[in-house]
Amino acid sequence: MKIPITYNIRNLIVRRVTALMTAAGIALTVAVLLAVLALVSGLRSAFAATGKRLNVLVLRKGSTTELGSAMTREMFQDLLFKPGIAQINGRPLASLEMVTVVRLPVPDNPRGMSVTVRALLPAGITLRNVRLLGGRWFEAGRREVVVGKNIARRSPDAKLGGAIHFGRQSWQVVGIMDGGRSAINDEIFGDLNQISSDANRTERLSSVLVRAADAAAVPALIESFNNDQRLNAFAQTETDYYMRQTAAGDPLRTLGIFVSVIMAIGSGFAAMNTMYAAVSRRTREIGTLRVLGFSRGSILASFMMESVLLAAAGGILACLLILPLNNLSTAVGNSVSMSEVAVNFRVTPAILAAGLAYAALLGLLGGFLPARMAAKKEILTALREV
Amino acid sequence: MSRYLSLVLAYTLRNRRRSGLTAASIAVALALLTVLGASYKALFQESETSPAEALRLMTQNKISITQPMPVYYEQHIRQVPGVRDAMVWQWFGGTYKDARDPRNFFARYVVEPAKLFNIISEIRIPAEQKLAFERERTACIAGRTLAARFGWKPGERITLTGDIFPVTLELTLVGIYDDPHDDQTLYLNYDYLRELLKSAGLQTDFVGVFIEQADNPDDVNRIADAIDKEFENSPAPTQTQPERVWMLGFISFMGNLKLFLVSICAALGFTILLVSANAISMAVRERIREVGILKTLGFTPGEILSLTMAESVLVALAGGAGGLALAAALCVLIQRSGTAFAGLNLSVTPEIALASLMAAAVLGVASSLLPAWQASRTAILDALRRAE
Repeated sequence: MKIPITYNIRNLIVRRVTALMTAAGIALTVAVLLAVLALVSGLRSAFAATGKRLNVLVLRKGSTTELGSAMTREMFQDLLFKPGIAQINGRPLASLEMVTVVRLPVPDNPRGMSVTVRALLPAGITLRNVRLLGGRWFEAGRREVVVGKNIARRSPDAKLGGAIHFGRQSWQVVGIMDGGRSAINDEIFGDLNQISSDANRTERLSSVLVRAADAAAVPALIESFNNDQRLNAFAQTETDYYMRQTAAGDPLRTLGIFVSVIMAIGSGFAAMNTMYAAVSRRTREIGTLRVLGFSRGSILASFMMESVLLAAAGGILACLLILPLNNLSTAVGNSVSMSEVAVNFRVTPAILAAGLAYAALLGLLGGFLPARMAAKKEILTALREV
Repeated sequence: MSRYLSLVLAYTLRNRRRSGLTAASIAVALALLTVLGASYKALFQESETSPAEALRLMTQNKISITQPMPVYYEQHIRQVPGVRDAMVWQWFGGTYKDARDPRNFFARYVVEPAKLFNIISEIRIPAEQKLAFERERTACIAGRTLAARFGWKPGERITLTGDIFPVTLELTLVGIYDDPHDDQTLYLNYDYLRELLKSAGLQTDFVGVFIEQADNPDDVNRIADAIDKEFENSPAPTQTQPERVWMLGFISFMGNLKLFLVSICAALGFTILLVSANAISMAVRERIREVGILKTLGFTPGEILSLTMAESVLVALAGGAGGLALAAALCVLIQRSGTAFAGLNLSVTPEIALASLMAAAVLGVASSLLPAWQASRTAILDALRRAE
């Protein structure tokens, strides 16, 4: 025979102050975990949105990042003749690019923020999912740049008609671009020759991005790059390259899990405390329930249920606390590109569900010992207790 | 006084399970708070600058750290008045064993062994190991914590596969050093890297960073300006900063870490406050009749108030002490974890320990304020009549 759940709910209502405080403790524990998970999920979605499946990124063999790679113009010319590259007006769709990191002054960080500057050929724009929010694209041969929308938001200089300073001179901002949810929003685009000669790197560039003719051509194209000993290159799909950068979220996730597990132990003890108090206050009630014919098993289940309800209330509270964070943005350092990415918190249903499950688990663990104590009570001693 | 003490003790031990659980949950939360505090300190206010550190400057390409500079700059830098010495400080990325396992990551710098021990004068190493590092091209030395992490002993063969530099280093560990600021780095010989690059037909004239040592700590800003002026109109203009400022630049790169740490600490602090306030009010409610009896015996409301608060402070302090022990253990655990946080120089310093214990005491007072006040105000008759 099962003790009705309303019995537990009413009991929680009677002890509302204690119940609420315990639930609030659990809520904060769960909220910390959820906040971090939401941030990591935002980070993942930004990187996942950056690569395109048909694009192949070519680095120098041995390099794992664009920053660490050095491609020459000669290598670029050689790889243009590989079969399987998409053609536009009879020319292969490929962009030789140079990537570097510069520091832009921003009001919210006295040290400035690190930003990726990408010098590219016009084909590089066609290769990417990017559109102009305002202004125009940079022109070849001019000291002009187009800035990502996140940079335009943070840096006072990076406005249409403004000028930003990096390298040896200043650069005219002629456009603002939007790359959807991708990391392009945190980059600056400019003309390959202008920027590479400013950086004194006209021969030592970074990477090549090419479009495969169709999905079937992708593996063969990658293979033909990687097997060419003379070319000495390492190719992968752009998607794969960016997926590996999601590792930037790993330290954050580790931190979040570490903190929330330890907090969970603390608030688990607190939940235990509350449940022990509940059990000892209701000793006579427990005796009465037993006399009425409820088994030890139902007593155990009932107290466990009460503990889970208490924790679940905390879980719901945590979800409510965390919802306003959705779409809030914060800067996260990416050690692959050595620059900052603006990341939106993404509170997904899966994250909320994980929070509720985590809270319930806490309730189960915290409630077990007190519930067992309740179930073990002998009827007579229980009834005798004042 | 002693009778109060025994009363407080009796109160605390009366429901041992509850006091124990409360102290345990405070301990766990305070341990975490202490570790976070230690991380904050390690990240943002890493002690006062040591005398040796105050002498050091770092020079990088003005465009960014990822752009190299010609290696001949070193000669020019050494000519700048006030510079005692300058050395190559080259990050060697690359991979050790399997790159997919983040535990295999550690800092490796290419340096000039003959200068390293003068410029980073904090390094302590046996003389014969120092000599071996200076003499053998393929030699390397590792910090004690780093060596312990991989179980390295002198004589260990360490292979690093390069990415920025497409060469494979085959190193032999010749020494293990101690350095209170950083003992998780591997240093290797610049001559060896040059030799490999040369035989692979690659460029050898570019490096990422120079580290300089000034004669006088008051001079560093002037020297920084002088160095940058020297290269103002050269192909690669430089940016020179005191070492500390340079390090802070890396931390600011990690984004809003400060905000994360502070918000987590706030959530945590509030959670423990709730937990212990809850436990104390349960304790008070449980013995409200005894409060009535104490009052009939002549205890004043003030005495009742202090007795209740003393109990709370006692439990909180017990939790605090346990928390400190736990925090010290956690610090060691984190440094051995091989996660991104292993590099933090975490330790529970006396100041941090004191701050945590004070936080515990404040917590004890704050959480018992309301229940203790309610207990002291309860009228005798009401208290005695309460059947609970």
